[in-house]
Amino acid sequence: MRKFQYAMCGLLAIVVLAPFSWLVISSLSPADELNNGSLLPTHPTFSRYQDIFTSGTDGIAGTFRVSMLNSLVVASATTLISLVVGCLGGYAFARLRFRFRRTTLFAFLAIYMLPPIALVIPLYLALANLHLLDTQLGLIVTYCSIVTPFCLWTMSNFYLSLPPELEDAARVDGCSRLGALVRIVLPLARPGIVATAMFGFLLAWDEFLYSLIFTSTTNSKTIPVAIAEFTGKFSSDFGLVAAGGVLAALPPVLLALLFQRYIVNGLTGAVKG
Amino acid sequence: MKPVRVRGEGRFALFLLLPAATVVFGVVLYPVLRTLLMSFYKVDSAMPGSYPFAGLSNYAKVFSDPSFYPVLGHTAYFTVVSTAAELVLGMGVALLLNAPLRFKWLWRSLVVLPWALPTIVNGALWRWIDNGQYGVLNQLLGTEIQWLGSPFLALNMVIVADVWKNTSIVAFFLLAGLQTIPNELREAAVVDGASTWRTFWQVVVPLLKPSIAVVLVLRTIEAFKVFDIVYVMTGGGPASGTQTVAFYTYLQAFSNQLFGYGAALAYLIVIAVGALAMFYLRVLRQNQMAGV
Amino acid sequence: MVAIDRRTVLRTAGGAGLAALLAACSGGKGATTGDQGSGSSGEIRALFMKQAAYTEADVTKMTASFTAANPGIKVTPEFVAYEALHDKIVAAGPAGTYDVVLIDVIWPAEFGSKKMITDVSGQWPAEWKTEMLAGAIDTAEYDDKLYGVPWIMDTKYLFLNTQHLDVANANPQWLDTWEGTLKSARRLKQSGVVKYPFIWSWQQAEALVCDYAQLLGAMGGKFLDDSGKVAFNAGGGVQALEWMRQTIVDGLTNPASTQSLEADVQRVFQAGQASIVLNWTYMYGAANDAKQCKVVGKVQVAQTPKGSVGRPGVNGGMALCVTAGSKNQAAAFKYISHLTSQPEQEKYALSSLPVWATSYDEDAVIKTNPAVVPQAKKQLDDLILRPQAKSYNAFSQVLQAELQNALLGRKLAQKALDDAADKANSLLQS
Repeated sequence: MRKFQYAMCGLLAIVVLAPFSWLVISSLSPADELNNGSLLPTHPTFSRYQDIFTSGTDGIAGTFRVSMLNSLVVASATTLISLVVGCLGGYAFARLRFRFRRTTLFAFLAIYMLPPIALVIPLYLALANLHLLDTQLGLIVTYCSIVTPFCLWTMSNFYLSLPPELEDAARVDGCSRLGALVRIVLPLARPGIVATAMFGFLLAWDEFLYSLIFTSTTNSKTIPVAIAEFTGKFSSDFGLVAAGGVLAALPPVLLALLFQRYIVNGLTGAVKG
Repeated sequence: MKPVRVRGEGRFALFLLLPAATVVFGVVLYPVLRTLLMSFYKVDSAMPGSYPFAGLSNYAKVFSDPSFYPVLGHTAYFTVVSTAAELVLGMGVALLLNAPLRFKWLWRSLVVLPWALPTIVNGALWRWIDNGQYGVLNQLLGTEIQWLGSPFLALNMVIVADVWKNTSIVAFFLLAGLQTIPNELREAAVVDGASTWRTFWQVVVPLLKPSIAVVLVLRTIEAFKVFDIVYVMTGGGPASGTQTVAFYTYLQAFSNQLFGYGAALAYLIVIAVGALAMFYLRVLRQNQMAGV
Repeated sequence: MVAIDRRTVLRTAGGAGLAALLAACSGGKGATTGDQGSGSSGEIRALFMKQAAYTEADVTKMTASFTAANPGIKVTPEFVAYEALHDKIVAAGPAGTYDVVLIDVIWPAEFGSKKMITDVSGQWPAEWKTEMLAGAIDTAEYDDKLYGVPWIMDTKYLFLNTQHLDVANANPQWLDTWEGTLKSARRLKQSGVVKYPFIWSWQQAEALVCDYAQLLGAMGGKFLDDSGKVAFNAGGGVQALEWMRQTIVDGLTNPASTQSLEADVQRVFQAGQASIVLNWTYMYGAANDAKQCKVVGKVQVAQTPKGSVGRPGVNGGMALCVTAGSKNQAAAFKYISHLTSQPEQEKYALSSLPVWATSYDEDAVIKTNPAVVPQAKKQLDDLILRPQAKSYNAFSQVLQAELQNALLGRKLAQKALDDAADKANSLLQS
């Protein structure tokens, strides 16, 4: 059994790492070797990373640096806001009985189901009139409307996995409902919160279409759009896309490494609580 | 287990939900209603102006549009196959990660890796890997297959790319669910002489139903409105073989400026996914699940 | 945006919060006839593309020289990838974000008929019509109205790897005709110098229609007949597609072509894995960049080969337009006139070739790119235009899908084109 499990771990590593290392290799291969399809570059080069880190902000590679910052700000703010309102609202769905509970939940989910394409034009008009086009704030506001339904849905299900007896006990001890939520439930739900935050962050980090239409300069352009600009009708360096991809994956991976202990271990604790 | 009905619960719920409602509906209510109205008009430009009322004809047009059925077929296939594959593989990974292994943190971090890669890059990466001329897949297999060169194969390759990336989130949610199952329950089953397989089906799966429902709903929604990866990997080709409903909506609404028709398509997506989501929740009979 | 005026929305929704939001949104311009403005002051936002033709630095310098001469006007240029250009213009239309936009040759009908860009026929000096290349004027014209000023000229040229031709003992002169090109390709294949002599941008995208247009033109086909009905499913239109399919069947065309865009063609050609390809002007510069390419010094650029009827290149020009929503139409047109003026264009001829006929005889212009300019002079005089139709995008999508059906061998060329014609005719009528 144990042997089988380690074998599967090995397989998992191969399946995950093979495409990913191809990305890394491509980002290090000089253009001519890349086009020849050599498996390993004979003259690996860091020039693309150098471009990204040193070129002026008006160049395509330089834009990338700024968009990384934009993405960080936008995704963090979006996650923070959505998480707070999601933690509160999710609790209502999990524990409270009220009229239109089901309808409300489905209304939120329906927003998540609408393809962004359907909303782009009217949203653009609204943002334009509020002078929020090509601003980080405009993107944050927009992304919150996608990430919040996600947070509501996952958080309400995390709450459901917690034993309600603890809250009841706290209520008996004289805690208000809100007090019970803040003091008892939220600490217990921490792993759920961390997991939701991580995936919510990635939702915002990954978003492409809204950003493509709503941003136009380094004021607010995000990573997916900056990377999309590396490739197109008139440019073809996949290596640059690869380098951008490797860098774009770093912040989420670091976050995951930082928080993975909470995500998993915490969960057990929460339930046994 | 049932929440006790307390007076003022409604008001407390309103208090808790108001921030979320403001954040979401404050932003999207206007666009959502505008798009809904638009779906009843013959709007063929982004510009303001008077457009004739069209009743339900945009919706009717969807069903009389011969290009729509193959597109719906691709989407259904994509949704079913990718969600199923992600669920099965994700379950396997979750069980593996839940086992008492050494270097747990390493395996868990590995699983996050694909999900950290932006979809745009993931699409470009797989387009590169699958390239018939200089793609690494052909080199490794020693073949000369045009992976993205025939419609059905290309659709499956897009699914591979999608599954590679999104199995992570499924695995993580299932892992979270697994951790809530007390080990004693499984040990008890094993002591009773149940095989691993039976323990899995009779003890683990029923307890995992809430987590399964959550990821099924999330993944189905995402899969049904898949756009980015198609846009990057194949542009809907070859021979329209990878056009999905969301991609088709994009073509109609944006490229062709048929906004009325595009709006109708978008709302049909919501209705279809909504129905699917309800169906799952019903089947998994999660009565204590939120909303059901 | 819709007939649905704000009151209807309000009545339907009736929410106070919505009313507040709508009030906030009520600044929408919605005007289809923009203000003229004084022309000597104001702010202009302009949307350009990055990646090709004039670089961001070029445009910034051109703009600086404009604002130096017109100190009252402030110009903010923005740059997006070509792929995002159309959608950006559409989304920004109702909000009136931009005063000046760069449009592709296939869009004046769409944007003009939907009143997103302004008819500037009245502002065109009479001599422009004779001094500009005929193909250039097409990039801004629809329904006998001029919706902008041509700025970028481009078409697809034939690029050859001379070393391959030498090895295969194929005479470069043969490439003057498609027939000879085919003969060379067979020779190249036999010699084993490359596996597939051709690679094309035949992915389901506009790029496919561009290649097809060039072959269709050479073989005497037409997209539309004089009455505006589809005509590509007869004569040269069918022959062109049959020719394309046959090169795949014969193993002359790289099967990856049906998944390739221009950039993929460039990549394969640069790696020395194709000998004869069609591509836009930009590839000459890229193919001679030693950093990314192993075929430096072995690349020759030529006119597109002759078919039974002619050798038109596909018109790939772009024009600058004043948007309908602009509040500074006069200043915007002034800015466009500056960017498209002959002296200004000649200064940056290295990046993109001028729209002015006499520029091609100027030594200064020829010197910027001696290999390309003489070929361009000949080719840009003979261009084929994709249909100027309101619903061109939908037309093109239908055509792309059916062209691919034939290229993949799922339908015969005639059948595929007939099917495309059925759908396209109803699109053109609507």
